[in-house]
Amino acid sequence: MASIREQFEVPGSMRTWSMGLIGVGILAFIIGFITKGLSSDPHEQAIFWGTLMYNSVFFLLICNASMFFICVTTLAHGGWQVVFKRVPEAISAVVPIFGLITMFILFYVLFGLNHDGHNAIYHWVNPGNDEILIKKKGFLNPAFFVIWTLLSIGLWSYLGMRMRKLSYESDRAEMNLEEGKSWVWKNTVSGSMFLVWFGLTVGSTTPWLWLMSIDSHWYSTMYSWYTFASSFVSGMALIAIWIIYLKNRGYLEYTTDEHLHDVGKFMFAFSIFWTYLWFSQYMLIWYSNQPEETVYFQPRTNNGVWKGIFYMNLVINFVCPLLILMTKGSKRNYTIMTFMAVLIVFGHWMDFNQMVMASVSRDHVTLSWFDFGIMALFVGMIILLVGKNLAKYPMLQKNHPFLKESIIHHT
Amino acid sequence: MALKRYVVGCFDDEAVLFPAVKKVRNAGYKIQDVYTPFPVHGLDHALGMRETSLHTAGFIYGITGTITAVSCMGWVFTKDWPMNIGGKPNFALPAFIPIIFELTVLFAAVGMVMTFCYLCQLAPFVKHHHFHPRATDDLFVMVIECTDRTNVEDLKGFLQSSGAVEVNYQVAESGWWFGRYDKEQKLYAEENAAIG
Repeated sequence: MASIREQFEVPGSMRTWSMGLIGVGILAFIIGFITKGLSSDPHEQAIFWGTLMYNSVFFLLICNASMFFICVTTLAHGGWQVVFKRVPEAISAVVPIFGLITMFILFYVLFGLNHDGHNAIYHWVNPGNDEILIKKKGFLNPAFFVIWTLLSIGLWSYLGMRMRKLSYESDRAEMNLEEGKSWVWKNTVSGSMFLVWFGLTVGSTTPWLWLMSIDSHWYSTMYSWYTFASSFVSGMALIAIWIIYLKNRGYLEYTTDEHLHDVGKFMFAFSIFWTYLWFSQYMLIWYSNQPEETVYFQPRTNNGVWKGIFYMNLVINFVCPLLILMTKGSKRNYTIMTFMAVLIVFGHWMDFNQMVMASVSRDHVTLSWFDFGIMALFVGMIILLVGKNLAKYPMLQKNHPFLKESIIHHT
Repeated sequence: MALKRYVVGCFDDEAVLFPAVKKVRNAGYKIQDVYTPFPVHGLDHALGMRETSLHTAGFIYGITGTITAVSCMGWVFTKDWPMNIGGKPNFALPAFIPIIFELTVLFAAVGMVMTFCYLCQLAPFVKHHHFHPRATDDLFVMVIECTDRTNVEDLKGFLQSSGAVEVNYQVAESGWWFGRYDKEQKLYAEENAAIG
């Protein structure tokens, strides 16, 4: 073990790239703020804040998916992920920061976009005498929104931090059998706490509250799972990108093609899971064809302007992973895996774009330089922050009881 | 089928088996197969076996299922017996997808099982010679086919020195035959009871 490079050093090129992307993002933000955000037209403002909202929520959720991955593998007593566990840990450490940004944007949308008793994004804030919205008031009201958002983001950050702390604590000294057992048990308890909260938020309520409520009359019980599938598959893709980057830089000596193969399997399997949910949501609404349900798909299918993006998602997020990631060889090929991981993250980003913006702006497609600018801002922040987090701690969790199992992992 | 001569070496440890496989192959002997009680990771690779093309067959069966479902439903609902169901188009693709999926899975699964049985020559009443009864219990059984030039005693000694716990020479039927084991072959327990 003496010969491995334990400490990650942030290379200059990474700093340049992240700063460049953040610079581009801030520039886009400023120009967008001046041209759209300060506009007197509530619709333009809605586009500006809507774009910020789906970007921040998307990047928050894909970083949070890393902690979900750690907790799930911990609870399953999985050992194979140990050699690269510091990578998802570093990614999940971004959650508090992205959480704050997201919280600010969501609260601004909630409280700052009300003009003449009408919220440009969350119509339910001012229900007026709309019967449907009055019925939904128990769930869709500003107080619950604020409390639930604070709790969601706060507990993701806190419970995730507990998991990471346990991991870093194990670096101090080698553990004997008894200590190892109790350490694994502590991990199991923390991990299950995170997962229960994750299930109550990302798995059910939070996407309803944050995203689905934009179409305030419409509802779909599938929506949160759909959002979760989207964020988890892109989260796995993000982990894959980092693993490949670090491998190419000569780190993660114990992470082999076998581990990458398993990450690839997650990307493949959850792409299909996403499609399953996409289809389940679409087909039931298409089949029963009731006006209050089809309202969501009106701008997205048939003669809607969002049709192109809507169906392109299906190609990028389903057809490409299905055909390209199917074989064993492609999951072990760095080039194909990098390409597919970037494609999947991009595809699900487009999916979020369509989920939010097609409801904010039903009549015209809003995808523009501004969307890509804000994406650059978040990508730059991920590169910068994850790189910093990686450099803080050793790359290998050398005292993990399952380390050997992970090193000899064979698929 | 024909009778062939085999030298059989039995190993009781995976850690001994892998180096032995390597040594035997390096010495130029042709290993016919290694029978193991459970799937051993990496053994197929160590034996230099070709990657199976079962998944390619599975893909072809799956596509066949997809095409069958699409063309059958498409023909029935557009040409043979068009019906207006809830005002939906006759070729109602979203409604077809569950059935397309089911038939794809059905064709792929059944096709792959049948292909697997064909490749392994497995069928009801089709029997093969068993080289060692404990191959399904706790022994790794390495079977080496003898050629005209094989010196059986040398080979037995070589296997013993590689760590085999039991080595023997067998002349056995190489193909399959119809029959029943309970009538033709003594069970391991019976064999041992007779000795004991």
